[in-house]
Amino acid sequence: MADSYDVVVIGAGPAGYVCAIRAAQLGLKTACVESKSYEGGYGGTCLNWGCIPAKALLESAALAQNLKDHGEDMGVRPIEVEYDMSAAVDRSRFISEKLTGGIQYLFKKNEIDGIEGRGKIVGKGKVEVTPEEGDVRELEAKNIVIATGAVMKSFPGFEIDGDKVIGSREALGLRKLPEKMVVVGAGYVGVEFADVFNAFGVEVTLVEALDSLVPLADPEIGKTLARSFKKRGIEIKTGTKVKSLDRDASPMKLTVETSKGDETIDTDIVLMAVGRKPVTDDLGLEELGVEMDGPWVKIDGWCATNVEGVYAIGDVAGEPMLAHKGSHEGIVAAEKIAGVAGHPMRYDNIPSVGYCHPEVATIGMTEEQAKEAGYEVKVGKYPLTAHGRAMTAGHNEGFVKIVADAKYGEVLGVHMIGYNVSELIAEAGIARALESTVEEIAAHAHAHPSMAEAVMEAALAAMDRAIHI
Amino acid sequence: MATKVVMAQLSPTMEEGKLVEWKVKEGDEVSQGDVLAEVETDKANMDIEAMTGGTVRALLASEGDVVEVGALIGVLGDLDEDISAIVEQAGASKDGGAESPPASEGEETSEAEARAEASAEAAEPEAAESATAEVAASSDADAPISRQTSSGRVKVSPLARRIAEDAGIDVARLSGSGPGGRIVKSDVEAAIASGGPAGAPAAEAGAAPTRSTAGAGALRPARLEDERIELSQMRKTIAKRLVQSIGPVPHFFLTTEIDMGRALDLRKSLNERLAGRGDGGAKVGVNDLLVKVAAEALARHPEINASWDGDAIQRHGSADIGIAVAVPDGLITPVLREADRKGLVQIAAEARDLIERARTRKLKPEDYTGATFSISNLGMFGIDEFTAIINPPEAAILAVGGTVEKPVVEDGEVVVRRRMRVTMSCDHRVIDGAMGAAFIQTFRAMLENPLELVS
Repeated sequence: MADSYDVVVIGAGPAGYVCAIRAAQLGLKTACVESKSYEGGYGGTCLNWGCIPAKALLESAALAQNLKDHGEDMGVRPIEVEYDMSAAVDRSRFISEKLTGGIQYLFKKNEIDGIEGRGKIVGKGKVEVTPEEGDVRELEAKNIVIATGAVMKSFPGFEIDGDKVIGSREALGLRKLPEKMVVVGAGYVGVEFADVFNAFGVEVTLVEALDSLVPLADPEIGKTLARSFKKRGIEIKTGTKVKSLDRDASPMKLTVETSKGDETIDTDIVLMAVGRKPVTDDLGLEELGVEMDGPWVKIDGWCATNVEGVYAIGDVAGEPMLAHKGSHEGIVAAEKIAGVAGHPMRYDNIPSVGYCHPEVATIGMTEEQAKEAGYEVKVGKYPLTAHGRAMTAGHNEGFVKIVADAKYGEVLGVHMIGYNVSELIAEAGIARALESTVEEIAAHAHAHPSMAEAVMEAALAAMDRAIHI
Repeated sequence: MATKVVMAQLSPTMEEGKLVEWKVKEGDEVSQGDVLAEVETDKANMDIEAMTGGTVRALLASEGDVVEVGALIGVLGDLDEDISAIVEQAGASKDGGAESPPASEGEETSEAEARAEASAEAAEPEAAESATAEVAASSDADAPISRQTSSGRVKVSPLARRIAEDAGIDVARLSGSGPGGRIVKSDVEAAIASGGPAGAPAAEAGAAPTRSTAGAGALRPARLEDERIELSQMRKTIAKRLVQSIGPVPHFFLTTEIDMGRALDLRKSLNERLAGRGDGGAKVGVNDLLVKVAAEALARHPEINASWDGDAIQRHGSADIGIAVAVPDGLITPVLREADRKGLVQIAAEARDLIERARTRKLKPEDYTGATFSISNLGMFGIDEFTAIINPPEAAILAVGGTVEKPVVEDGEVVVRRRMRVTMSCDHRVIDGAMGAAFIQTFRAMLENPLELVS
């Protein structure tokens, strides 16, 4: 293994490993440094302690919930159902390990040197790697890509101890379930965990400081989700801030501040799902003079920092902190380094998905944002209550909403909640990327009966031509 | 391989011929040199011979038809060959050449539909006669002005196409900033805003703009009605000022054709460099280039950068270029000050700002008064050349047409070049013919050899 490279990527998460593979495809001599941190490993948080294991657990939860809700009417009546969280966790770990191994295989296939250890920029074009065991090495790198990702964060007084106050990392390995749990934060991570643990029989209270669940999305989505969660027995407290926690009490006493005053909630575990903070410490950034943008590394449209030859991608480089955004940045950075860059990153067409049940998927502007941007807005909303495929699935709550420009039918935003809508957002993304209008979406004969048809119906609704409502 | 049989030019002065008699019928086998038809020309009756051997697959003109030279009258080929494409084109041209020539695939589906309909109806002899003669000139399937580029179509997003149609802009004239050179919404919006080629008239390498109607095949809906339109202030002002101009100002017009190849290449590479700089939007348009070159030319011909002042001619100390901008109910000409002292990138940025403010009616009087020379560009709208009216008290205005690919003669050879026609209107009280011509020569020389600008 030589020590001189065209590109050294620090971090092998979805941003880093994709960047490394693209760079190698373009003929660059590439190394990818991975520290296998608490929340990381080959494949980053996503493969190890994020997206992948979470979705595996969500599938277990969906099965559990489906049996509860539909065992009777679908004609599959379990006499007795036993919930085994440990088995569910085992399965998620198995999948995670397989995929992580897959990354190592891809590195071999693309002749990328995967180097274990913690990377640090120690000078222009120099990356120092400190492994768990063994000697420190120094790599020469014509270009450096920072892809160190992010870690769980919490509030003062609510520090994650891994036992009574946990974050997503511990939640994904929670083999022994508590009786009561409070999930703090109702973004996608919070609602997903609320879903999983409620399905497995935990008494869940979901606390959110803003006024609705998934507060950054279209407000109707939050309302629909709340209704569905309430039906399942999840206690929802929006407009509620956590104030203090008495960890020594048994059960613990969590004090929250609501519009009506303070309340105390008994709980065995508090799960903090209040966001993630980028990993930028001890990377050598200050010494190098790399400019920051708040807690993130500042980058331009080509993922370049202010220091020549230094790039940053993924969670460490800004919002939205989503794996697919990081992966795309990885490709842009690799292509820029190789000199074949086409177009800079566009951040206005990145889909955002919550895999709770019912699923949530959004892209582009909300109605509100579109109006503020000066558009004359036409909304096409298609409720899933009477939608064929949704009814056959036994999950017909939710809707597909298209926010369009009244004049030309431009698709300004698509907002959905319902069965499998995570799969539908790709069509919306492509339509927006190609500047298709609602006419083109409506003109395509979507397969029947599918959930995808609902997007077509919403497009028709945006032209006042809905057939099925 | 099918061979087209066309009305040959049997004498140097022949423009059309009357098909007197077919000497073969469909299905006949012919050899090279066999007589296919007898044709009456302006001079005498002559024979049209087969250029190659083959089977007569289709006879597309009828005995008695008067056909223009070059028009398709028959097809020779193999017995089992599919000649439907050739026949369709002939059918379309016979029946309704009002739809533009088969310019390019990928244009509006309505155009393809019209073509399909036309050929499906099939050529009837009665309809054929006048239609064929009239349309033959533009209908030849091999029309060299067709847009059969290597990719063969205009890449434009549905949204961009819709906006362009609405605004009467020919997308074929735009260059696209989207993936793969696709014309996207922002390109069309920029074109509308500048009223000129911020998007550049047809800078696609190898793409000849279609000669079809503006709006690329999708005509505006027919909508005539008696309606009295009250005059807006802008309309009143335009009318007043231009009457004041065309009346007392003795206009004369100088036209020239400029080779834009090097200028467009320079612009392209400049923009690539700017994109790499991550300026997030800094882009130089063709119009910006014209403004700069005009300013530089004026600096070298101060007698053009002048105004008639009654009893004297006032020469101006800076080149303040008026940029004509089409706005929703008319036209306004914001001024780019001291263009002779500014670089291209700065001019591009200022022009963009002026055009944006013009479009949103945010210009102040000091923004649109006091120009020393103006430029108006209608290339965007499919215009080859035009004569503009001088904005008093300026002494001249430059009217710019679209850049098109055309054959030109260089060193005795016919080559394809990107050419742009400009017409300068001059106030004869200030500018004489030779003076104006000298300025135009400098302007052209700078555009044709842009690197000399920096030497």
